[in-house]
Amino acid sequence: MWLTSKIKQLLMVMKPGVVTLNYPHERPPVPANLRGQPVFDHQKCIGCGGCSDHCPARCILVRDVCQELRVMLYDGSRCTYCGRCADICPEQAITMSNSFEIACDQKEDITTRMELFMMTCQRCGRCYEMEKTNAIDRINLKGFRYDNLEQRALIRKTSETFDPTLLQQSDQYQRPSTKE
Amino acid sequence: MLKNLCKKMFGKSIWVYHCNTGACNGCDIEILNILTPFYDVERFGIKLVASPRHADAMLISGAVTRPTLPLVKRAYEAIPNPKLVFAIGSCATGGGAWFDTYNVTGGADKVLPVNYYIPGCPPRPEAILYGVALALGLVDKQAAPVELKQMEFPIDMYERNEAWEKRNVIYELLK
Repeated sequence: MWLTSKIKQLLMVMKPGVVTLNYPHERPPVPANLRGQPVFDHQKCIGCGGCSDHCPARCILVRDVCQELRVMLYDGSRCTYCGRCADICPEQAITMSNSFEIACDQKEDITTRMELFMMTCQRCGRCYEMEKTNAIDRINLKGFRYDNLEQRALIRKTSETFDPTLLQQSDQYQRPSTKE
Repeated sequence: MLKNLCKKMFGKSIWVYHCNTGACNGCDIEILNILTPFYDVERFGIKLVASPRHADAMLISGAVTRPTLPLVKRAYEAIPNPKLVFAIGSCATGGGAWFDTYNVTGGADKVLPVNYYIPGCPPRPEAILYGVALALGLVDKQAAPVELKQMEFPIDMYERNEAWEKRNVIYELLK
C-alpha cells in the first residue's frame, strides 16, 4: 500500500518538472505594475517640493542653497516605494521604474541628488514667497526648507522670513544619538 | 576586498540567522518565500538556523526598536566571527517611515555594522536573492549614486528666440 502511494507521489512530482527559478543566472520579466526605484527627470522638474511634502518616509530633502539654486536629495535607504511622489508630481518628472535589483553595500549607492535652477521674478528680482505665512499651512509643511542634507536629517522648523541663524543651526544639527 | 574575503571565508555555505527587530512581518514572509522550492535558496547552501551560535550571517528585518535593542546586540555577539549582516527592507536599511520616531533607533546600521543593504518595502524575493548573490560574488552591483544638474534654465532662451524669429518669417513672406 505504501509503495503505491510512493509511486503516486513520484508521478505527481514528475508532472510539473523543475519549478525552481534559476534566478541570478536567468531573469524572468518583472510584472508591469511593479514600483521599483524612482527615477528623477531633472529636465522636467520645476522644484515645487510637492514630492518632499507628500513622502511618507520623508526621504526627499529640499534645501535652497541660494536664491537661484535648489538642491533636492532623494535618500533611497528609507524609501518605501509607495509611488506617492510620482502621483503628486505635476510635471511627471518622477517615474517609478521596474528596477528592484538595488542591493548595495553602501547607503550612498541608492541616492539621487538634483541641482535645480529656480526662476526669480522678472519684475521685482525677488523670488516667490519663500515661507508659508499661514500657521496651519506651516504644520503641513514638514520643515523641508532647512533640511540638513549632509546628515540626512530633518528639522521641523520653519521661519517667517529667511533666517540665516536658523540655517546655520540646521547645518550643525545632529540627530540625538541613541548609541550606548 | 570584502567580496574576496567573503569568497574565501564563506566558500561552502552560509548559515543564516533571521532576526526580526520589530518589523511588520512583511519582510519575514519574503524571507520565508526565498526558502520555498520556487526560489530555492538552498542551491547556494544557505540554510536557516534557529540559534545565532550556528550562524554565519544575520538577516535583520525591521527598524530596531528600543525594547529589542539589547537583544539584537546580544544575538550579534553570539554569532562567531567572521560574520555578515544583511539589512532587509527599508526599515532595517534606513528606518523606514519611522526613522525619527521616539521608540526606534532608526535602522540596523545605527546599532550594528551592516555589510549589505537590501531596500524595498518589502523587498521582492528576487531582490533578497540578488543581495545574497551579491555577497557571494555571483552578480555585480547595479546601484550607483546619481547626480543630476540643470545646466541651463528649463526654458532654453536660444531656442525660444529662434522659434520667435521663424514665426516672424512667415509674416514677412505674407507682406
